[in-house]
Amino acid sequence: MSKILRVNMTDLTAKFEDVPEKYKLTGGRGLTSAITCAEVPPTCHPLGPNNKVTFAAGIVTGTAAPTSGRISIGGKSPLTGTIKETNSGGMAGQKLAHLGIKAIIVEGQPKEKGKFWLLKVDEDGAQLLPAADEWLGKGLYETYPHLFKEFGEEVGIIGIGIAGERLMANAGICINDPENRPSRYAGRGGMGAVMGSKGLKAIIIDDTGGPGIPIVNKEVFDAGCKKLTDALLEHAITKPGGSLNTYGTAVLINILNEAGGLPTRNFTSGRFEGAGKIAGEAIFEGNKQRLGKELYNHACSPGCIIQCSNTWHKANGKEHVSCVEYESDWALGANCGIDNLDDVAELVLLCNAYGLDTIETGTTLAVAMAAGVIAFGDGKGAIKLVREMGKGTPMGRILGSGTETAGKVFGLTHVPTVKGQSMPAYEPRAVKGIAITYATSTMGADHTAGYTICPEILSVGGKVDPLSPEGKAALSRAFQATTAFIDTTGHCLFIAFAILDIASGYEGMIEECNGVLGSKWTADDVLKIGGEILKMERSFNEKAGFTKVHDRLPEFMSKEPLPPHNMVFDVPDSALDSVYAEL
Amino acid sequence: MPLPVDEDREMRAKVKLFATLVGYVPGAEPGVPFEVELPNGSSLSDLMNQLNLPERETKVIFVNGRMRPLDYQLQDNDDVGIFPPIGGG
Repeated sequence: MSKILRVNMTDLTAKFEDVPEKYKLTGGRGLTSAITCAEVPPTCHPLGPNNKVTFAAGIVTGTAAPTSGRISIGGKSPLTGTIKETNSGGMAGQKLAHLGIKAIIVEGQPKEKGKFWLLKVDEDGAQLLPAADEWLGKGLYETYPHLFKEFGEEVGIIGIGIAGERLMANAGICINDPENRPSRYAGRGGMGAVMGSKGLKAIIIDDTGGPGIPIVNKEVFDAGCKKLTDALLEHAITKPGGSLNTYGTAVLINILNEAGGLPTRNFTSGRFEGAGKIAGEAIFEGNKQRLGKELYNHACSPGCIIQCSNTWHKANGKEHVSCVEYESDWALGANCGIDNLDDVAELVLLCNAYGLDTIETGTTLAVAMAAGVIAFGDGKGAIKLVREMGKGTPMGRILGSGTETAGKVFGLTHVPTVKGQSMPAYEPRAVKGIAITYATSTMGADHTAGYTICPEILSVGGKVDPLSPEGKAALSRAFQATTAFIDTTGHCLFIAFAILDIASGYEGMIEECNGVLGSKWTADDVLKIGGEILKMERSFNEKAGFTKVHDRLPEFMSKEPLPPHNMVFDVPDSALDSVYAEL
Repeated sequence: MPLPVDEDREMRAKVKLFATLVGYVPGAEPGVPFEVELPNGSSLSDLMNQLNLPERETKVIFVNGRMRPLDYQLQDNDDVGIFPPIGGG
């Protein structure tokens, strides 16, 4: 029988509750957003005692469903002031699900500021332990080995770094990968600061002896798993030895650059002359040269077929860091004018160590570069600035507050954010559908919220002209709703590459859920359920004070033409407003 | 009305191949442009044939930064970028 674990940090208690009927047919994002909407006052301060941070594995997470190890983390975001769901792979989601825990809700706030605890969860229950000094104030490459020594190598850890301890709005939440690196992140929206504000340094999950996930209809579930597995094995993007497995997500650098949509030097161009030096192909070739053999990528959580996580190696063949994702590579590379993979890798390593979101860090560094703090392209200078964030100096604190705050401090008008969150690696002026997602998402600027890049750039799930605004509001709406559903299942969003092109894979995803829950969902229900999640999230934001005037891109994007296409953002406000008006 | 084409004349395209496609053209490196001479009026499909690039291995083709279909007619000095199926995020 699955349970909800409620952890109160004011009186330091951890209690199990039955799962209310209304939460039984959901999980992941659907559940974190439902709990946030039901329990968090929308006008509360995100770092105050009335906010809550909820952790929930997806509906099929922990089962044999392929590529389904995601965990969702939700609450009110200190970066955006909106509702937030940020999800991650790694070792925690499946272990939490194996223990029969549908969600952990962390609420309240310790009376003593600056003191931290650990939450240990296992088959026997849950307990809060005072965090030892040696686990605090250090990089996570030091802290996590201490925790594995204390609690065993087989645990899943959900933790925060120095950035979260210091309540920086750019702080992410870190989850160990299968090699126990502190490298997988629920990065966006500053949820690490919310965890820090609760005095919670880490959650340690030991699933030994856990009951596992009950499956109502095994036949339906197994049939669904097979269909989805077959689709992932067949599709050229997701199959073993396919582009994700070979080149990693950074394979996108070159194609966005060709499309003129790779944001460069703080969103002043859509092309970066150094793109080829930091692209996925360069990572593959660089590793080959330094290791003397081809290196294919690995899974970020057990049971993933796609296996897109890379590692970058130093000139001496030793591992430098995992993982140089497309977003990290772009944010800390092209967007800062940096074309040196070793510098990019060092910046990713520092973000992982301090517990920072790589996207927000890169876009903030670029704003600092635009302000003249250091020059664009100064990789060593960027490394020094991120170290300031780790040290918590006044400059580090400013940068750790995120792109929008740093932009205000430096008096800039050219600041690429929506609702306080920086845009990721697709230029809105060159790719109009993703621009609509940035503007209207319930999460602030977020590519994963409605990834119209599939048909706009990759020719997956159809083919549309990225530069045209025509029909893009409906496209973004459909992607946002479908995504809310996928984020609820616990699948990695990357299954979309296969299931958008292979109909039986899409059916398989739904059948897996029906098998686990005993539901009778069809393809129509995907959009309906996803749409209801969006409406619920939107309602939270409205109560927090957000209106349609917040669903806009920064002014400079409609004034400054972007090379090479020399286009401005030209989607009318009425189209932006129609995304939710017609949901 | 399409422009009249003198098929005896040659034109040039600057071609970049990405990811796995470099394996089809000896000496090609990812994203490094090389010049290809083609009869005037050639389409992207003709270019692919000339380079021995199998159509099923190619997914997205850009000409001067715009996505174009296989029957797109090339002009002298066009920049062409050819990609296999790729994804990320």
